[in-house]
Amino acid sequence: MEEKIINLVIDDLNVHVPQGTTILEAARTVGIDIPTLCFLKEINEVGDCRICLVQIEGRRGFTAACIQKVEEGMIVHTKTSEVMEARKVVLDLIISNHKVECLSCVRSGNCELQDLAKQFNMQDIMFEGEKIKHEIDNQSTSIVRDFDKCILCRRCVSTCKKLQGVGAIDCINRGFESSVSTVDNKSLKDVNCTFCGQCIVNCPTGALHEKESIDEVWKKLKDEDSYVVVQTAPAVRTALGEEFGLPIGTNVTGRMITALKRLGFYKVFDTNTGADFTIMEEANEFIERIKNGGTLPMITSCSPGWVKYIEMNYPEQLEHLSSCKSPHEMFGALIKTYYAQKEGINPNKIFVVSVMPCVAKKYERQRTEMQNDGMYDVDCVITTRELARMIKQANIDFRLLEDSKFDNPMGVATGAAAIFGTTGGVMEAALRTAQDTLTNKDLKEIDFEDVRGGKGIKKATVDIAGKKIKVVVASGLKNAQIIMEEIKNGKADYQFVEIMACPGGCVMGGGQPIVNSKTRLEKDVRKLRADCLYSIDEKSVIRKSHENPVIKKIYEEFLEKPGSYRAHKLLHTKYEKKDKYNM
Amino acid sequence: MKTLEEIQNIRIEKRKELDLRVNTKLDAREKHILVCQGTGCTSSNSPEILENFKKIIKEKNIENVRVIKTGCFGLCAKGPIVIIRPEDTFYAQVKPEDCEEIINTHIIAGNRVERLLCKDIDGTVVQSLDELTFYKKQKRIALKNCGVIDPENIDEYIAFDGYKALEKVLKEMTPDDVINVIKKSGLRGRGGAGFPTGKKWELTKINEADQKYVVCNADEGDPGAFMDRSILEGDPHSVLESMMIAGFAIGANKGYIYVRAEYPIAVKRFQIAINQAKNYGILGNNIFGTGFDFDVEIRLGAGAFVCGEETALLESIEGKRGQPRIKPPYPAVQGLWGKPTLINNVETYANITRIILNGADWYSAIGTEKSKGTKVFALGGNVNNIGLVEVPMGTTLREIVYDIGGGIPNNREFKAAQTGGPSGGCIPKEHLDTPIDYESLKEIGSMMGSGGMIIMDDTKCMVNLAKFYLEFTVSESCGKCTPCRVGTKRMLEILEKLCNGKGEEEDIAKLEMLAQNIIKSSVCGLGQSAPNPVLSSLKYFKDEFIEHAVDKNCRTHECKAISKITIEAEKCKGCGLCQKFCPVNAIEGKDREKRVINQEKCIRCGTCIVKCPFKAIS
Repeated sequence: MEEKIINLVIDDLNVHVPQGTTILEAARTVGIDIPTLCFLKEINEVGDCRICLVQIEGRRGFTAACIQKVEEGMIVHTKTSEVMEARKVVLDLIISNHKVECLSCVRSGNCELQDLAKQFNMQDIMFEGEKIKHEIDNQSTSIVRDFDKCILCRRCVSTCKKLQGVGAIDCINRGFESSVSTVDNKSLKDVNCTFCGQCIVNCPTGALHEKESIDEVWKKLKDEDSYVVVQTAPAVRTALGEEFGLPIGTNVTGRMITALKRLGFYKVFDTNTGADFTIMEEANEFIERIKNGGTLPMITSCSPGWVKYIEMNYPEQLEHLSSCKSPHEMFGALIKTYYAQKEGINPNKIFVVSVMPCVAKKYERQRTEMQNDGMYDVDCVITTRELARMIKQANIDFRLLEDSKFDNPMGVATGAAAIFGTTGGVMEAALRTAQDTLTNKDLKEIDFEDVRGGKGIKKATVDIAGKKIKVVVASGLKNAQIIMEEIKNGKADYQFVEIMACPGGCVMGGGQPIVNSKTRLEKDVRKLRADCLYSIDEKSVIRKSHENPVIKKIYEEFLEKPGSYRAHKLLHTKYEKKDKYNM
Repeated sequence: MKTLEEIQNIRIEKRKELDLRVNTKLDAREKHILVCQGTGCTSSNSPEILENFKKIIKEKNIENVRVIKTGCFGLCAKGPIVIIRPEDTFYAQVKPEDCEEIINTHIIAGNRVERLLCKDIDGTVVQSLDELTFYKKQKRIALKNCGVIDPENIDEYIAFDGYKALEKVLKEMTPDDVINVIKKSGLRGRGGAGFPTGKKWELTKINEADQKYVVCNADEGDPGAFMDRSILEGDPHSVLESMMIAGFAIGANKGYIYVRAEYPIAVKRFQIAINQAKNYGILGNNIFGTGFDFDVEIRLGAGAFVCGEETALLESIEGKRGQPRIKPPYPAVQGLWGKPTLINNVETYANITRIILNGADWYSAIGTEKSKGTKVFALGGNVNNIGLVEVPMGTTLREIVYDIGGGIPNNREFKAAQTGGPSGGCIPKEHLDTPIDYESLKEIGSMMGSGGMIIMDDTKCMVNLAKFYLEFTVSESCGKCTPCRVGTKRMLEILEKLCNGKGEEEDIAKLEMLAQNIIKSSVCGLGQSAPNPVLSSLKYFKDEFIEHAVDKNCRTHECKAISKITIEAEKCKGCGLCQKFCPVNAIEGKDREKRVINQEKCIRCGTCIVKCPFKAIS
């Protein structure tokens, strides 16, 4: 069908855009950058904050450009003195009820409110008055809510409710007393929050941020009696550079390792190696389930937000979940056993830090299931953002660093592991190994294009050893919910499902650098970051987990084989029903 | 279930029985004692009066007398009201213990109970209802049946042409005919904004959809307004019938009425009306055998003012947080559950049946050029006849205040009338002769609103009044958009400063600037009109604002923090009592001399005012 073109005038410029375009988008086509604040494309299109007001001729009052669709013959003014004044008053009012502590705010320098204040040349606040005071909620393992900085844009509410289908938070009270809250104003730790952290990356201000663990890491690094070992997740290397002004999707693996060494870590390991173990175990589990009539479809369990979600919402379907721990947990367990043994270090003195694109990993780390002989597999989780902060604190000029390599004896990872960081990656990696295992061949066709890309739900059929296997890849909990309903209602005709809690997978995790709404209008952040991982995969010499020599060696020397007693003890776990609310 | 023929029979037979209600000259065998059971009279024991009458009549075995519960008669200040028909005797402020006397003296002996007869403003005893000046300039269309019929009895409604308009519409008219009549009548929305009703119906009709809805907005929230409540309490069937007519016209078979939970009597009577109409087969499937189906459900509001805004109301019906949607799309295109929806308020619907039966020309002959028909007002504040009035559009404010309202109590001076509640504004003395219609009110900075009208005398402080309305808006803002959520709060803070003597002259300019921006920037009607009470007070009473800001004085003494207490020299006899009792030694002057208050020291405790034996201090 041919697109209908709408003709309108914006600030005396003739604009021709397809029907359905908003004034905001239409203005952008002619280089007019209308400021926004609550607007977040496809997630929060509500027109509430009123920063993007414009004047449409013939209409009384001003209109929000972010949601108003263009109409034929519309005449729009975006910069009359009345419009500018109205916007400035709106911004003034927002700031008048904001805890302004920019110098010590975690979002300083990357705050959309601060950016606007600069852009509007706000020199003083005209309408100062009472500010609403809230208790800070820092009781959960993962997310801190400081609502004195909340501007009620409701991006977090839309994210949680509409994008993720979780609905842990919503608006309560009226008028000036309005605030975003949980059931009964409980801490996030006591409600149905999955700690996916998508609210954090979508918050324009410092009202939401991760529970920081930087000080703990610094303290350990200074403790001479500890061996502080660090591992980094696949998605971290594609995004860390953004914190230092590098383009989105720049592969900074080498510089990241150098920085970590300079920070003083005893060893710098790659969670990708852990991911290769996950594939070995998960592919084996899948094959076993197929052979022995186990519960199908089998669903991946790498994403801790997703695991918490299924435990709370679909406890009767937990049998579907793979028993594999997530890569960094597996790897942590191996560091404290195999590696400690090999190096002759007392495992109690090893402190494993995981750098993750994720805040739910902070929750996962302290789950009682994630320990072995009384020791946690991982001792501390920091996000990509926290690592960047540490690098800055240490006065390291990240951009000028030379590349280094991960430490041995566990420093080799495959291309299959690299793509773990994006939606579809775990599936593709598992299929590569399952394919070879079942056919007993070294197959060359290993790119599974059908499971790549940014779609929320991807379904594909793969032919493995003459057997048709149907697989599903879903990212974002809303999509997970759709799949779970199919499974629950007996409508699932597929055998293997990959689920990641964050839309787009770990590259878009809740612990990743925060990209402002304007950049997100211009760039496909998910694709840029994911492409970086696919390019790492493509350039890898070894692209299948089972061909990783380190993996082979550790199975030979220590674990015996996938699914062995020891592998189960160290690399697998179990799940249980969790209450949504602690009353 | 009743056939159409049976309903027509009820109409004829019952009407004969009830003719004495409207025909005072009738030489009837029966007498009807009408006892108001509206919210106002109910709260002063009228249900007990009703029961007492019934009990006494039964005990005394009196025949040919009926006791009837009715809706509001309008003159709430005189409640509880009892009216005896056909002679139309108006008994005011009746107490349950008066029933015996009324029965003995009036019903049995045939004399009036003089002490209970209503007195007019000039003190004259009124023998019958239509002699009261309160009613003389009124014209009852929307309130036609209020105080005439028993609202819980469908037969009485039918007797007074009830469901005749529906029958006419279903049997003789097409949807377009109906819309054309409404358009031609000139009826405009009575909820406040005055959008042409027929046009709204047409806009909803033209949108094709598998499902459409008719909604009645009965979420009357303006402080002091009770028009819609009275209509629902006094004549619920007329609203129900009109919703059905609207359904036929726009092609909807489902209706919702959204009523405040604070209106329990209205809710109860409307539910009774629904049940009765269903029992008669008037509501339901294949109405009057025409193939038209319609059903109505009640939805209760939880007391949020913003839910009177049409899109917030829709959200609330859908079970969501009551906050407005961005318009467009308008409800006519995407309303309830995304379907085309017609929303009108109670009073608008109450006019529909009359227009259908009497014709567009009859209706459009009433009122002014652009505002047709009548408007119901809830008259309150500093006025003698507090109550519910219905006047033709174009009636002047002076007529409402002085003729219908009976003037200002205690011979005080009229200062302003507030119309449109928190969205409206005030009308000062110089505009007393403004005809009340949509355009004229808007022109002078107020608005029609839903019909609250509060009269203020010269003891009222206009800054304080503006503050009162802002307090209301601040607590009723839904919190969705910034200008309304934070802006109204900041306006209130400025007003508080002014009332507390902490304001500066520049605050007034700030207040005005902020107000203008809130109007232009807010999402919905609530925010867009919230500054109106402030702006109109500023327009007409700026001197009072300046007095508060610069002189730190409130001339009415309403703002305690800046009320200057002074001693009137002529009345002061120099007794010195004030000085003796002043806790802060703020009163100066020697023995026998006239005393003066040192304003610097005075803490405005008011002790001296009470102590002065000559009433020289105020």
